[in-house]
This record gives sequence, C-alpha cells and structure tokens, in this order.
Amino acid sequence: MITGQFTYFAPTTIEEAIQLLDEHGFEAKILAGGQSLIPAMRFRLSQPGVIIDINGIDGLSGIREEDGNLVIGALTRESMLEGSHLVQSRYPLLADAATVIADPVVRNMATVGGNIAHADPANDHPAVMLAYNAEVTAVGPNGARTIAIDDFFVDFFENAMEDNEILTEIRIPTPASNSGGAYIKLERKVGDYAISAVAVQLTMNGDTCIAARIALTNVNPVPMRAENAERALVGMTVTDDVIETVGEEAGAECDPSPDLRGSIDYKRDITRVLTKRAINLAIERAH
Amino acid sequence: MTYHDPGKPKQIDDRNEYHSEKPEGVSSQVETTEEIRVTTPPEISGMGHRMKRKEDPRFLQGKGNYIDDIKLPGMLYMDIVRSPYAHAKILNIDASAALELDGVLAVITGKDLEAHNLHWMPTFQSDTQMVLPTDKVIYYAQEVCAVIATSRYIAADAVELVQVEYEPLEPVIDPFEALEDRVIVREDKEVKTNRTWHWETGDKDATDKVFREAAHVVKQYMYLPRIHVASIETCGMVANYNSSTGKMQLYMTSQAPHAVRTVFALVSGLPEQKIQVISPDIGGGFGGKVPVYPGYVVCAVASLLIGKPVKWIEDRSENLQADSFARDYHINAELAADADGKIVGLRVDTLADNGCTDGQASSSKFPAGLYSICTGAYDLKAAHVSVDSVYTTKPTGGVAYRCSFRVTEAVHMIERMTDILAHDLGIDPAEYRLKNFIRPDQFPYRSPTGWEYDSGNYEAALKKAMDMIGYDDLRGEQAEKRERGELMGIGISSFVEVVGAGPSKDFDILGIKMFDSAEIRIHPTGKALARFGTKSQGQGHETTYAQIIAEELGLPAADIEIEEGDTDTAPYGLGTYASRSTPTAGAAAVMAARKIKAKAKKIAAHLLEVNEDDLEWDVNKWQVKGSPEQAKTIQDIAFAAYTNHPDDVEAGLEATDYYNPPNLTFPFGSYIAVVDIDKGTGVVKVRRFVAIDDCGNIINPLVVEGQIHGGLTQGLAPALYEEIVYDENGTCLTGTLADYLLPTAVESPKWETGHTITPSPHHPIGAKGVGESPTVGAPPAIANAVVDAMWHLGVRHIDIPITPEKVWKALREAGVQD
Repeated sequence: MITGQFTYFAPTTIEEAIQLLDEHGFEAKILAGGQSLIPAMRFRLSQPGVIIDINGIDGLSGIREEDGNLVIGALTRESMLEGSHLVQSRYPLLADAATVIADPVVRNMATVGGNIAHADPANDHPAVMLAYNAEVTAVGPNGARTIAIDDFFVDFFENAMEDNEILTEIRIPTPASNSGGAYIKLERKVGDYAISAVAVQLTMNGDTCIAARIALTNVNPVPMRAENAERALVGMTVTDDVIETVGEEAGAECDPSPDLRGSIDYKRDITRVLTKRAINLAIERAH
Repeated sequence: MTYHDPGKPKQIDDRNEYHSEKPEGVSSQVETTEEIRVTTPPEISGMGHRMKRKEDPRFLQGKGNYIDDIKLPGMLYMDIVRSPYAHAKILNIDASAALELDGVLAVITGKDLEAHNLHWMPTFQSDTQMVLPTDKVIYYAQEVCAVIATSRYIAADAVELVQVEYEPLEPVIDPFEALEDRVIVREDKEVKTNRTWHWETGDKDATDKVFREAAHVVKQYMYLPRIHVASIETCGMVANYNSSTGKMQLYMTSQAPHAVRTVFALVSGLPEQKIQVISPDIGGGFGGKVPVYPGYVVCAVASLLIGKPVKWIEDRSENLQADSFARDYHINAELAADADGKIVGLRVDTLADNGCTDGQASSSKFPAGLYSICTGAYDLKAAHVSVDSVYTTKPTGGVAYRCSFRVTEAVHMIERMTDILAHDLGIDPAEYRLKNFIRPDQFPYRSPTGWEYDSGNYEAALKKAMDMIGYDDLRGEQAEKRERGELMGIGISSFVEVVGAGPSKDFDILGIKMFDSAEIRIHPTGKALARFGTKSQGQGHETTYAQIIAEELGLPAADIEIEEGDTDTAPYGLGTYASRSTPTAGAAAVMAARKIKAKAKKIAAHLLEVNEDDLEWDVNKWQVKGSPEQAKTIQDIAFAAYTNHPDDVEAGLEATDYYNPPNLTFPFGSYIAVVDIDKGTGVVKVRRFVAIDDCGNIINPLVVEGQIHGGLTQGLAPALYEEIVYDENGTCLTGTLADYLLPTAVESPKWETGHTITPSPHHPIGAKGVGESPTVGAPPAIANAVVDAMWHLGVRHIDIPITPEKVWKALREAGVQD
C-alpha cells in the first residue's frame, strides 16, 4: 500500500477525537475498520491529510439489548455479529447480512458503524438498517443527537452527519412478535459487492402482513427503501400473486446503473426475484 | 505449412541423435493401469511415494525468499508513470516537479533509452516491443517513464508530479475492426497494417472433400476471452550493477532465467558472463513470468546508469492491466460427421487478438502454438486449421496461461463442438465420445494435423470418470428434474494435452533450442546436490526431482538438495512452463543419475573385487549376482569415489545431462461436471466435478493431486468468472481483484480426482507432465454442462465466462421465468 502522506492521530477519548475532527475538518478522515478507506487511499482516490484512528477509544464496541432496542456500538466488528447469540437468535435479517458482507478476513476488521457511515449504496448495512427502521447516534462538539435511518442517507456517499460528528451507536427496535426478516444477496463471488440484495423485515397476523419494510442494496445511487413494494404488501393477505406484485414493484422502483455486475434489465429482474425470495423467507421466519 | 513429414520415420528413433543408448524403460507398447508404481521403501521415497513437499516448511513459516524480500545496501526504488490512454501521441514529458522532490534521483524516459538504443526490445516471437515510448503509447496503462527515488513512497509521490502531455488517438479494440486497417497500431512498421501473420495447417483439400461428403455438419462461433494469470506474487526485479566488476545481478521473477540472461546479453551488449539472473522463490508464474516486461529492462538500465541496486515491484493493478494476457481467440469452427454419426472432419478459422505486439511465448515455428492439436481425442479423417493474427491497442497477448501454447483454446473448441454435434444427433455425449475416440491400439497415433500422440487410452479415463460420478443415475435425475422444470446439466470434457517442449528440432526460444538439463553431484558422505535449468514457481520441483533421483540411485530423497534459478550455478535450460519440467529436466535427471550409476558400478566392482558383469542393481546398491550379501550401497560407493576409487576411474561422482526429448508427451483425461442452474438469477452452481487424469507414471501422487486441484480451480475461473474487459476507449475495466474475479474455495466445488496410468513410451520413466491438464480440460466440462442443462430450451452455446447474466438472458429469451 503506497499511500500519499498523512498525519496520524490515535485519540483515546471520543471528546479528543471530536476535537481533532473539529480542528482538521474536511481534511480529516476517521479510521475505524479501514476496509473502505484504506483501499481508497491505496489507489490515492482518497488522500486525506489527517487520519484519526478511533480504534483506541473504549466503549464504542459491543452488542446489547436495552430499552426495547438492539444497541450496536459503532466499532463493533462484523465478525462479532456472526458470533453473537443475541443477533443469531432474534435478528435473523442482521444475522443473514453478517455472513455475506465482504469475506471473513474483511469482517474481522470491518465495523458496523463504518459500513453505515460510509453511505455507500453498495454496502450491505444501509439496506438492513432501513428495513429495521434503525436509529443512529452521532456525537459532535454540542453533544449527542439521534438521526432516524430514513433521514441518514442523503446522497451518493453522503450521510446526514456534520464533518465534526462521529457515529457512535446504531439502535434497532426489537421486532414485535410474529415478525421475521431476511437478507438475500446475489454477488458474483465471495467478497464482491451485491449485484442486488434485498432486506425485508415484516410482521404477520395469520396470513396477513401487517407491517413491512423492504430496502435494496446497490441498485440505486442512494441506499433506498422500496416503498411501492412495501405498499403492495402491507395489509394484504399474502399469496403468490401478491408476492409477485411486490417483487415487480421493487424491480421497477430501483434505479440501477449498468456495470460489470450486469445490465439495468438484469439488475431490475433479479431485484424482483430476490425480493420474492426474501419475503417468503421472512414470512417463514415470522411464523 | 504442415508440421511432420508423413514420410519421416517415427520420432522415437531420433533419440539416437542425442543419446547413444536407448534409455531403460522405453518401449513402444504401453498398458493402462491404475496402480501407482512404487519400488523403493519410504525411507528412500523414490517415485510413487506421497512425500510431503520439502519446500513447504519454509513457505509455511513465512521464510520463503521472494523478490520483495531482497534488500541490498543503498537500494533505490523505481515506480512507473503509465498511460491513461489506449492510443495517444506523447507531445511532452515534463519531469521537473518530480525531480525537485527530495529523494528523487532520476526520471527515465523513452528518449533516454533511445540514446542507448534500448527503447525497443525483441519479444519471444521475434516481434518488437517498446520498452518506453518515444512517440506514442499503444495500450492503456503502458509504461511511459520511470522514476527512481530513495524510497518506495517518494517514488510514488513523484509519479504523480510527472506531467505528460498527450494527444489522444482513436483506439482499436475489436480485432475484426483492426483487420480494416483504418487505425494503424504499429506505425513503426514498414508495412502499415494490423495484420501480423496468417498460418494454416492440415490438408485443406482433403478437409473440404470430407465436408462435401458429410451427412451432418455443425458450425459455431465461440470466443475465448482475454484472461490474466493473476499470480499471487506480481512481477518484480532487484537489479544490482557493480561498476567496478562490471557484473550485473538481476534478481527477477522469471520462469526462464537462462533464456532471459541470453536475451539481456544480446539486447544490452553486456557480456553474458557478467550477467547473473537469479530467480528466487516465485509466487506463481503460470506463463505470466515468461515474458520480459518493460519494467525489468528499465530497472536494469537504471541500475546500470546509477551504479546502485534498484528495486521494482509491480502493484496488483499494474500487473493486471499491463502485463501480457492469455487467450483472446475468436474461433469459427465446423465439425462434420458421416451418416453413422462418426466424426470425420474439422475446419477451423481463427482470429487471434495479440494486442500491440506478438509476444506469444511459443516456438518460432508455431505462431499459433500447438493450436493444431485441436482434433483432440477423436479419430478424424481430415482437418484444416487457419489462424490470422492482428494488432490492437491492447497490451501484449499470447501468454500460455497454464497451457502449453494455445492448447486450452483448441480443447475448448473441439470439446464444445463434439457436444453440439452429439446433441444435434440426439446421442448421449458420453456415448458419442466413446464411439469416436482414437482406440488404444491406434497408438502411436498420427493426427490429421501431423502430431504423433505417444500413448493414450481415452476410453478407460472416460469410463472411470462415469463410474465415479454415477453417470447413468445423474442422467435419470436430470430427466426427473426437467419434468419439474428444474435445470440441471452434465458436461464432459475428454481432453488431450500436448506438453514437454522440445524436441529441439521443432522448438526454440528466439533460436535457442528447447531441451533441458540436470546436474547431479554426490558428496563423499552420500548426500547430493542437483541443479536444473528449469525453475519451480510452486510446482514442487525440490521434492519431485529428488524423488526421481532417489528412484534411480536409491539415495533418500531427503538427502538430495535441489537448486534452480541461479544462472551462475545451474546448467543452461529453457525454464519451466508448458508442463515441460518433468518431460525434459525430469528426464535429464534420470539420464544423469544413470551416468552416475554406471560409474558407481565400476567403483563397486573395484571395491568388491569382482567383474562389473557380475553385479546387479537392487534399489540402492550394486550387489553380486547370486550373492546379495556382497554389496556396496550408493553411500559406500560415494565415499569410495573420493577416497578409494580405481586407478583408471577419475575421482568424484557427478554427472550432467542435457535432455532433448524425442517427442512431446500427450497427457489426457476425462472430466465430468454437474451443474444446477437458478432460473431466477441465472447463477450456475457446480455441484460435482470428477477429474480423471492420465499423466503417465506418477512421481508423487500428493504433488499431482495438488497440481490438479489448483489447475481445476484455474479452469473453473475462466469458465464462470474471469475476463479482462475494456471499454470502447480501450480502458481496462478489470484492473483490480474486485472486478477481475478469482474464484476462492467458496466458489470451488469439492474436486473429486482420480487417475489412470498410461506411461509415455519415450520418456525414460514413462512420465508425461501434468501441471496444465486441469486448466486446459476443465472449462469445456463446465460450459458443456451449462448448455446440457438448457439444450431442450434451444440453447446451443454460451461463451465463457458464463456469467449469471448470460444464463439469465438465455433463459428469458427461451421464455423461462421465475
């Protein structure tokens, strides 16, 4: 890795980190797991003058349930989700995603907070958190504030935080009973970004879907909810025809770009297929 | 142009030109067996033992010595400025800002090299290639100039400060468009055309006649995409010129160090004894480390001019974007059968996109390599093959990627065509192959394009593969699944490889005849050192060569040190590629060991005070016939060779052999793949893959299996994943491993391997070479399986790599939904 030159800071408190961010502003980059930042620096696509390494700050890592939420510290490694009994037993959508993000070596370093804060529509957590209706805690010079996930992803690689704020925590509401979720990702090979991926979190009452959020990965410039698809599902008695319609809506409302992963037509059609599969799996898990 | 003169005696007789005695173990008739021959006990570990690799402890402990591990005092670092255009005039290079940076010593441009007449170099196909451009660039990421600095980081910073002014020119990416000569790639050539050469072989008239009379003819266009070896270690060099001694040491990632030394001497004018090429441990070569790349030359020139060691290590993107590529063949094939369905003729027209220069690693006699092996395992009446080569504004093509010179292209074509013909005739592809194979009693077999296949039993290998995978049951399962609308396919590839170049009369590198060498020295204490002209890049030579010598001399393989890669110490050889090490240097090891054994016999006779004729060899000793307790082991004899040898025998126990094989060897095998296809996404899953290989006698089953596992994965890769892609501007879109998709263990099926053994009749230990068979044989098995799953939907062919989108498109076009 032959990066450009930069100044390296390793603060041990969040206050110190925020002060450094405040001081260096746009020139500074937070180093968490480094799995997106370092490749960009290695290609010199990103040449930050200042690196603020937050790995030495205590208390930013961990998974716990608290006040009706699953609380995930921003520095929690992806591999910790895979190893968490809590996640595996009660948050199947998150558990699904945890096994398909990049590859095991990357997951040992990559952090949940970094995956979200990077606001890359190709990352997996944005869709997962959109489907869960999560909240993000950002801490800045004026203290902490909560940002709803629906308001978090502003534009291509752009989130709703200020330059001097740090993402510290993600809160996922504990699902109601008879809820189920699933994340289905199609990738060219292990470690690849999704050609398309679909996150579904829903609640059933018998055969009727009483709540659902559906979000898509890498088929839109900004991480997106498939709201037309959600509308076609919520309140419906779920049949194959309904699911087909929901899939078609999701395929139609996304806005993929053609690239080596596939054409627009292909990405729309597999979004349709994956949406159907994710709904079926989520319903199976809800019962 | 035809290769063999049919009136000529069999090549096997040519051996006498080079070896006075016909080696033991050579016979014209061979049998096929399944049992691996073992004649030595485990403590000796000669041939057939599953000996663990001697080289592995240092690799597993991180103690290998690769190019980037080499650090010399005062060493400088080189980095390269590369072109952002596929085709552009260079108007100006302004290096002033780079030179002002602290730690930058020099910026070397094409003009600087021109002053020493080093701006162009020959390729291994006797074409020319720019080292650094003086006028224009002709591929994306081409080397434009080089920065020399005191640290790797400063060199990279300086690269960003070099200002190059370009005038973009129209690129030509499509080889069919290149044929129109509207955009000329090589304006340096006297004749302004992109057409490089036209080559044909076989009997055109006879082939046309066979086609006129044929009852069935199938035609198919297919494209074998541009792919890259993508070895884990990229290329690199440490050049160390000593101005006081005039000696140039070149540590480099080369599969052919001696050939490189000679080429360097010829190009640079440095005396050859003052050039030492050292290939240390190499992290994968696969043919990609045969060519000489511009970076090597510039690095060497930098050391020569500055008088200090200079290191150059490519990064991954440089390696993927600018180093030579493999395949890129556009093939139009026709296969003909008679009224009984018997295959009778093959007609092939091919367009070879060789990029900006013809840099193919192949003999000068065969511009399309051994492509004419394309009649494969079938007994045809006639065949005709033609190939045209063109220049395009892309990097050099023609690397023989784990493939003996264009055999992968040939095998893919014939195995796809055979399947298409079988399906068209409504005959099971396995049954169809069995019906058309060259029979065991037809060997040695002369193919319609002039090759003499040494030995083979194609039926035995296919039948074994069918047994192992349960072929009939799978066909039953497929029929049931098809009823339910599920897509499952079974694909076969019964390939014939051709490896082990020489023979010298037909094969050369820039005129240097292809043979290979071994030198064995037995020390007084009965331990040995053996050196070779080849160079392992992971093949396990340190183990297998030792086992060959152990087999011949009875010295424990563990007591034999194997060295390769240092041109100051190793005997001259042509290097390791084209699965040639065992057929050539392995045979040289046998012949050298037998020279030692003959001398040992004289010493043993002297020690035992008997006549030489009274002695017989037994595993590791010469013993008196009828009185085996009277014996001298090879260790006893080694000590005596330095302490108590007969007066009329010179001291020492050493021998060297330069082996020129009488023919190539023809390994073969049958692979069967089973795939399941997801109708919704087009994803192909290889559920099972059985590989039966026949590489003749097996030196080390563990090493052979390892070779096959790796090779199969590198065959899966282009079948489903890998392709180098350019956009319309000629920009490479697959310059990182995020987009150039190397399969991992996750994508690979469990490889189920097995073997038959049909020895080579002309190789002294009956071995054939195996490293490339799986890479050559695997892709058509997978492609055939995919098409087999979709044939009933009207799908006849899908080009590799068979991406999910290609399958999805074919399914949707056929009206299949999910």
